Amino acid sequence: MAELTPAQRDAYWKKTSRLMWIIMTLWVIFSFVIPAFAVQLNEIVIGGFPLGFYMAAQGSLISYVVLCFWNAYAQNKTDEEFGVAEE
Amino acid sequence: MAQAKVSSSFINNLGKIYAGYAGGFIFFVLVLAVLEQMGVSNRIIGYCFVFLTIGVYAYIGILSRTMELSEYYVAGRVVPPFFNGMATGADWMSAASFISMAGGLYLAGYGGLGYVLGWTGGYVLVGVLLAPYLRKFGQFTVPDFLGVRYEGNTARICGVVVLICASFTYIVAQCFGIGIITSRFLDIPFEVAIFVGLVGILVCSMLGGMRAVPWTQVAQYIILIIAYLTPVVWLSYKLYGNPIPELSYGQALTEIAQLEQKLGITKPHVGAYVDAAGKFSWVEFNNFWALVLTLMIGTASLPHILMRYFTTPNVRDARKSVGWSIFFIFLLYFTAPAYAAFAKLEVYRNVIGQKIAELPAWVQNWSQVGGLLTIKDNNGDGILQLGEFIINQDIIVLSMPEIAGLPYVISGLVAAGGLAAALSTADGLLLAIANALSHDIYYKMIDPKASTMRRLTVARVLLVGVAIIAAAVAGTRPAGIIQMVAWAFSLAAAGLFAPLVLGIWWKRTTAAGAIAGMIVGFGVCAFYLVGTRYFEMPLWFGIRNISSALFGLPLAFLVTWAVSLMTAEPSKEMQAFVDSIRIPKGELAWVKGVTHE
Repeated sequence: MAELTPAQRDAYWKKTSRLMWIIMTLWVIFSFVIPAFAVQLNEIVIGGFPLGFYMAAQGSLISYVVLCFWNAYAQNKTDEEFGVAEE
Repeated sequence: MAQAKVSSSFINNLGKIYAGYAGGFIFFVLVLAVLEQMGVSNRIIGYCFVFLTIGVYAYIGILSRTMELSEYYVAGRVVPPFFNGMATGADWMSAASFISMAGGLYLAGYGGLGYVLGWTGGYVLVGVLLAPYLRKFGQFTVPDFLGVRYEGNTARICGVVVLICASFTYIVAQCFGIGIITSRFLDIPFEVAIFVGLVGILVCSMLGGMRAVPWTQVAQYIILIIAYLTPVVWLSYKLYGNPIPELSYGQALTEIAQLEQKLGITKPHVGAYVDAAGKFSWVEFNNFWALVLTLMIGTASLPHILMRYFTTPNVRDARKSVGWSIFFIFLLYFTAPAYAAFAKLEVYRNVIGQKIAELPAWVQNWSQVGGLLTIKDNNGDGILQLGEFIINQDIIVLSMPEIAGLPYVISGLVAAGGLAAALSTADGLLLAIANALSHDIYYKMIDPKASTMRRLTVARVLLVGVAIIAAAVAGTRPAGIIQMVAWAFSLAAAGLFAPLVLGIWWKRTTAAGAIAGMIVGFGVCAFYLVGTRYFEMPLWFGIRNISSALFGLPLAFLVTWAVSLMTAEPSKEMQAFVDSIRIPKGELAWVKGVTHE
C-alpha cells in the first residue's frame, strides 16, 4: 500500500475530485448548453460556417480533445505532487 | 502483473514499423492505380483490396500467436498510449461511422450532428471517471470489476448479461456493414457476403486474442484514415483550391444555402432542430440532446471500449491513451460533415433541377445497383425534383470518389477503409463477448480450476459461435446500421454506467444497490426499445428508441442511490479497496476476488 496518511489521501482525493468537477462542468457546457443555443448562434456566420452548426460539428469536438489531454496532464501532475504516481 | 514477452525491439520501433507499413500501403494503392489505367477490371481491383488487406491483418494475427493468458486478454499491457489511441480509433470507427455517418449527416443536416457529438464526447467521461481506476483495478474485464466491487456473482452475471446484449446488438450491426461492403465490391449476394466477411473477422481475432488486436487495429486505422481522407481532400482541393476539407466546407455550406433558396428546399442543411418544413420543433430539440446524452454515456459504458485501457502499461498511460484515442477519432469525425456538405453541394448543383436524361455519371452508375439510388419522374416533366431523387445514406461515402472524379482505385481504397473499420470494431466486440463468456462465466463461475489451455480454447470456441449467430441475425436485417448501434449504446449506458461510476466515486454504494440499479436501468431501457420496435408501443415524450437510455439511466442512478442507503454500508475492507483503486501507486487492498494475474 502506498504510505499515505488518511489526511493526505483525503487531500489527494479532494484535489482529484475538484479537477473532475471542473472538467465535467465544461463537458456539460460544450455538450448541452452551447448546442441548446444553436438556433441563436447560427445567426453568426464565420468563414461560411453558421456558428451553431460549427460548434456541434467541430468546436465542441476540439474541446473534448483538449479536455482529455488536459485531464491527463493535470491529474498526472497531481499524482506526482502527492507522491502517488507509479514509478 | 505478468509482463509480456513482446520483444522490446518491437515496441521501440513501432513508429518505424508502422511508417513502413503506411508507405507500403500507399505504394500498393499506386500499383493498383497503374493497373487500372492499364485496363485491369474493376472487379479484380475490388478483390485485390479486400483480400490483400484481410491477408495483412491475418498475418499480424499469426505473428502474435500466443498462449499466455494475460497476453490473450490484455495484450500483455505493453501498448503505448499513442498506438493504443490509434487502435481505439479503429475499434471505435465502425462500419456505422465510416459508411453511414456522412450519409446520415447528408440527410439530416444539423440533426445528424447529434451522432458526431455523441460519439466523441463520451471519451471525456471515460478519461476522467473510469479509465484510470479500471486500469488500477487491473483485471481483465468489466464484469470482473463488478464482481469484485459488488461482492459476488450476482453482480457479475448482471454485468455479463448487459455486456452480451449490448455487444451482440452492436456486432450484428457490424456484420451488416461488412455484408454491404463485401457484397458491393466482390459482387456477391448480401447473405453470402456476410459470411465471407465473418471469416475475415475470425481470422484476425481468433489467432492472437487481445494480443494481436491492438496491432491489427493500428494497421486498420492507418488504412481507414487514408481511405476516408483521400476523396474528400481531393474534392476540397478541386472545388476550392484548399486541401483541408474541414476548413473549406464552410464555403460549401454557403452555396448550399443559396441553392436551397433557388430550388425551394424547405429544410435547411444547417438549420438547428427543424422539422421537414424548416420550422423549429421541440421534438427535434429533445431528441437531439437525448441522443447526445445516450451516446456519450454509452461510450463510457461499453465494455469493449473500457477494456482498451486495461492494455496500457500503467494508470498514467491510461489517461494519456484516452487523449490519443479521442484525437484519432476526432480526425475522422470532424471530416464527416465535410463529406455530407460536398455531397449535398454536388446533388443540389448538378443533380436536382437537371434533365433526367443528362444526369452525372455517378448517379447513372449507382442507380443500376439494386435499390440504393432511385430516380423516379413522378410528375413526368423530365426534370429531377428533390422528391424524385432518393439516395440511401449508406452510399454517400462510397460514391464520393466518383463524385470527385477520381479513378475506381480510390473507390476500392474507400471500400478497403470501410472494411478495416468494420473488421476492427467487430474484432473488439467479439473478443469482449467471448471473454465475458469464457472468463467471467466459465472460469469464474463454472470451473475455477480450468487450465489456461482450456480457458483459451473455450474463449476461441465461443468466439466462433457468437460470430456465426451474429452473422445469421444480421442476414435478417433488423434495422439500419446506425440505429442498431444506437440501441447497443442505450443498453450499455442504462445497465452499466451507474454501477461503474458510483462504484468508484461513491464508497457508500452497496452490492444490493448496484444490482438493483443495473436491473432496473437495463430493464426499463430494454423494455422501451423492444416495445417500440416490435410491439408498436407509442413513444414516450416523442423520444425515439435510439435514445432509450434516457429512461433507464436516471432510474439506474436513483435506484442504486436509494437502495444503497437502505442497506448496510460496505465493509471496511471494501472501503479500503475503493481507496486503493483511487490511488495509482501501490497494490490493491485485498477483498474477495482480487487476484494478481
